[in-house]
Amino acid sequence: MEAALQTDIQHCYHCGDTCNEGPIVAHEKVFCCDGCKTVYELLEENNLCTYYTLEQNPGITGKQPVTESRFAYLDDAGVEAQLISFRNDSICKLTFYVPQMHCSSCIWLLENLFKLNPGISASTVNFLRKEVSVTYLHQQTSLRDVVQLLARIGYEPAITLADTDGKKATKPNRDIIFKLGIAGFCFGNVMLLAFPDYLAGAGIQQTYGQFFSYLSLLLSLPVLGYSARGFFTAAWQGVRQRIINIDMPISLGLAALFIMSVYHIVFRNGAGYLDSFTGLVFFMLIGKYFQQKTYDTLSFDRDYTSYFPVSITVIKERGEEVSVAVRNLKTGDRIRIRNQELVPADAILLRGQAMIDYSFVSGESEPVEKVVGEVIYAGGRQVGESIELEVVKEVSQGYLTQLWNNTIFSKNEAQGIDTYANVAAKWFILVTFLVAAGALLYWVPRDTDMAMKAFTSVLIIACPCALSLSTPFVHGNTLRIFGKNKFYLKNTAVVETLSKIDTVVFDKTGTLTEPSAAELVYTGKALTPAQQQSIKSVLRHSTHPLSQRIFQSMAGQVQAVQQFQEFAGKGLVGEVSGQLVRIGSAAYVGVPADKDALKTTVYVSLDGMVLGFYTFYNVYRPGLKAILHDLRDKQLSVLSGDNNHEAARLRELLGEEAELNFSQSPVQKLEYVQHLKSENRHVLMVGDGLNDAGALRQSDVGIALTNSITNFSPSCDAILDASAFDKLSQFIGFSKKSMNIILASFAVSLVYNVVGLTFAVQGLFSPIVSAILMPISSLSVILFATLAVKFSAKRAGL
Amino acid sequence: MYIIFLLIGFSVSVAACFLGAFLWAVKSGQYDDDYTPAVRVLFDNEVSGTKQPEPKK
Repeated sequence: MEAALQTDIQHCYHCGDTCNEGPIVAHEKVFCCDGCKTVYELLEENNLCTYYTLEQNPGITGKQPVTESRFAYLDDAGVEAQLISFRNDSICKLTFYVPQMHCSSCIWLLENLFKLNPGISASTVNFLRKEVSVTYLHQQTSLRDVVQLLARIGYEPAITLADTDGKKATKPNRDIIFKLGIAGFCFGNVMLLAFPDYLAGAGIQQTYGQFFSYLSLLLSLPVLGYSARGFFTAAWQGVRQRIINIDMPISLGLAALFIMSVYHIVFRNGAGYLDSFTGLVFFMLIGKYFQQKTYDTLSFDRDYTSYFPVSITVIKERGEEVSVAVRNLKTGDRIRIRNQELVPADAILLRGQAMIDYSFVSGESEPVEKVVGEVIYAGGRQVGESIELEVVKEVSQGYLTQLWNNTIFSKNEAQGIDTYANVAAKWFILVTFLVAAGALLYWVPRDTDMAMKAFTSVLIIACPCALSLSTPFVHGNTLRIFGKNKFYLKNTAVVETLSKIDTVVFDKTGTLTEPSAAELVYTGKALTPAQQQSIKSVLRHSTHPLSQRIFQSMAGQVQAVQQFQEFAGKGLVGEVSGQLVRIGSAAYVGVPADKDALKTTVYVSLDGMVLGFYTFYNVYRPGLKAILHDLRDKQLSVLSGDNNHEAARLRELLGEEAELNFSQSPVQKLEYVQHLKSENRHVLMVGDGLNDAGALRQSDVGIALTNSITNFSPSCDAILDASAFDKLSQFIGFSKKSMNIILASFAVSLVYNVVGLTFAVQGLFSPIVSAILMPISSLSVILFATLAVKFSAKRAGL
Repeated sequence: MYIIFLLIGFSVSVAACFLGAFLWAVKSGQYDDDYTPAVRVLFDNEVSGTKQPEPKK
């Protein structure tokens, strides 16, 4: 332990952060802050130190203390009832979403909650969904106690407005697994019964043939009626909408196969093609299952309700503070917003120094200072002291929430009309009918019996199962490869839309720029180390985000500061070893404002002499230049909610042809994308904030960029982890490649169809040919699709 | 050879039992989370009353 204390960089025993501001040593361990120490003490007291032995420094930093009064709304019976999924006389059950969970220590601790609160009878973790299902005895503890306990140990569950809106998470869809299980069972047994027919010939067939055939027929019924139902209903929908889709030739083939088999069994004493029939359904369901890969932890359909909190502190007439559900907030209510809390409704500032961080909702890069009497729009996050506001509009009427009233959010996208598979299906049906009709015409004058056989055989063999398998497997594999590279698609259809993109629209703040970083440039007289120390010492006492950024960029020790004062909207003053340090706006230190007023600048003066100023520039994401270079064959645009002080730098990055639009409202962004689409462009929108939500939804492919995939991201088609942003052009390129692979596997399946059709038109098609050809074609297409995608991913370096 | 009827009857009903077991397992949610149980099984049961030894550096 001594050795650990002596090393230069000390890591917190609880959370693993480096201890910058003087480590706290307690119980022979080092902690970065009181929060971490408190959690450790709580766990140690309850004999839960296994938490620290399973993983190194598993904890979640306790630097931001939790104000427990915030959970008061959970005592409200109405809120409680909406959150709880089951309740009886003694127990309550509910599921929390805990995005902080990240390792096996977390699982262990969250499943041992009963040791911390005896009222909790069980807690079960679903790690992939980042959920904890808690069962507690409501006579011994309350919902609020449970949530407070979770918050105290660092795992504050994310309870948002969406949870109380009655939009309960839908049950996991297990339909496809049921269908697959039943199809597999029937396929196996039918194949077993069909074997004697193929191998032993007439002997066994005479004795048992009837029995085997009827048993097979019995076993195929659930496949026809349940497992294959999806194909038939999809084909029927296509008929009703007058669209030819891939399910039509499939249903046609399956129906022909089944009817032929029944005919053979009942009237001809034959065996039929039931093994092929069940096998086909089984293989195609595997394809569907493979395509259905979803990212459970990610949600692609979030709106503002999952961003807004459930409750807010309302100040009543006599000054008492009550926690009220955001939904019940009325015009005229006085609310209190603390540091890092969200303003849930448009409101007027009554008291306090408001610094509102709008970066997520409007795209403005720096927090905005508001003075008493100004309106603060919903969605902004307060940075700094707690403020009092008066609500002017109800939550659903706010400036931001109005965006969701746009029709674009209520209509469902018409999907997959001209996908490759459906285009191929059109040709497929045409060719199939031509060949079938040709066979019919050829055989009718010669042999009517043979004519019927050839006609139905063509329909059976032409069943484009291989065609329908290649798309799900290529897309499914592409989806997985993207997922490995931290690019998560909503579904496989996005791969195809992505490959057709010809216009790329970027949001600026948070998308092209790094939201947490700003480049600092100091202009003026060079500062001596002593002067730097004085400035740093004064800045330390300010919570203003700009002060914090300058503070972090400076080296050196801090010294004691006397007579520190902060003037809202102006600047700071303080005395360091006899020297008067003033930091703030140009007007505050007494110099004429810079010509370029759009830039964010902070002036510094020592003992009344202005030394210089700091200018903040956006920091663009690493690799941005390379991506933009790779995307030069597409039209590029930037839509920014911010002002145009970065226009020159953006122009340089994006080139002459790019369109740059500044000071765009969320609705303007939406309309811009709409306008592009009306010009028949395929638009890819990359954004990160709520202000992009409309544009993301309107575009063909909307990608939400996020620094942590478990954080809130607006509704979109794909979520891209910010660390993989430099691969964006590779992703687009790879989606094109996978479309080529689909075409290639269409060619492979075409070979089988030609072979099969030559048998079919000659009337040589028999159950045994079918039993060999069908599985081989299906399996080889699956194999080809999978290997080709893996191979080209390796070559593309993904 | 008529025993074959009986045997096939048996084999199909045994297979049907397994199908039933599979469907029950899916329905009861056993296939919903395929990660956490694999981690959970590795946690040791604690010996009650004794403190876990601290990792020495």
